[in-house]
Amino acid sequence: MTRWLRILAIALGVLAALAVQAREAAPLADDQAVEDRLVGIAQDLRCLVCQNESLAGSRAALAEDLRREIREQIRAGKTDQEILDYLVSRYGDFVRYKPPLKPTTWLLWLGPFALLAAGLATLVVQLRRRGRAAPAPLSDDERSRAVALLGGDR
Amino acid sequence: MKRFLLPLVLFLGLAVFLAVGLTRDPRELPSPLIGRAAPAFELPRLGADGAADAGRFGPADMRGKVWLLNVWASWCVSCRQEHPVLLDIARRGDLPLIGLDYKDTLPDARAWLAEHGNPYQLSAVDADGRVGIDYGVYGVPETYLIDKAGTIRYKQIGPLTAEVLEGTILPLVKELRK
Repeated sequence: MTRWLRILAIALGVLAALAVQAREAAPLADDQAVEDRLVGIAQDLRCLVCQNESLAGSRAALAEDLRREIREQIRAGKTDQEILDYLVSRYGDFVRYKPPLKPTTWLLWLGPFALLAAGLATLVVQLRRRGRAAPAPLSDDERSRAVALLGGDR
Repeated sequence: MKRFLLPLVLFLGLAVFLAVGLTRDPRELPSPLIGRAAPAFELPRLGADGAADAGRFGPADMRGKVWLLNVWASWCVSCRQEHPVLLDIARRGDLPLIGLDYKDTLPDARAWLAEHGNPYQLSAVDADGRVGIDYGVYGVPETYLIDKAGTIRYKQIGPLTAEVLEGTILPLVKELRK
């Protein structure tokens, strides 16, 4: 029994020593502010090599190069808009996950609303038409069947 | 019968859109660089025999000529596919072909050219890929056709084929030379 207690004490001691050693992970970037802005910009940009990944999340070599480029431009004091323009002038609007509103993207931006409006209009027309048409009067045959189904009171 | 007509028409319309979508390559993007001046650069040239001072190259050196800039790398698999077409361009000898060795190491690049044949008048070395970014490179190989005034007229993303060369590039070269 005392032997087990001793082992437990040693184990606890080792754990305590490890706990003293533990520290919060040091940030990987030298400059956290630059890195935050980089992620803010790169999040809304598409990696051109793996097209369904953002530039912030991709590990492709080109994405790493572009992040380096953005980081340098941030350090050089460029605004977010200037950096975005820089990338769009090279890779086109395709790099943006939020494409700008212009004639070629009207369908993209307004299409869903147009579909919704068309659906609502169809629904309203259908409901109105159904409301207006009065149900046809029952024939004698149908009336007697209905009476039979309802229990034959009348 | 008439009530089935509308869904049928809608379905056919959708099917046509999807069928067209299947035939298109999502990697082919319209380049914003077409019709704009080729970005300037000045890079070391790849020395054929390992000479470090093979001089430097920039697009300005090609003023007054219609020429091709081909982005290649020894690690690029599709470059092997297009290589015969490049060798064919070199054999014709009337269209200057400049290589941009993209994110490569010098020994690998030299070994690659020695193994497969060197179709280029010269290759500029873009070791860290910065010039590649200026040219909007995202999928090697890429090829740019640049006119006498230094304007990019055509961009091929992915391997050059004999069809593209005969059907698109050479006619365009003829027109640009006028």
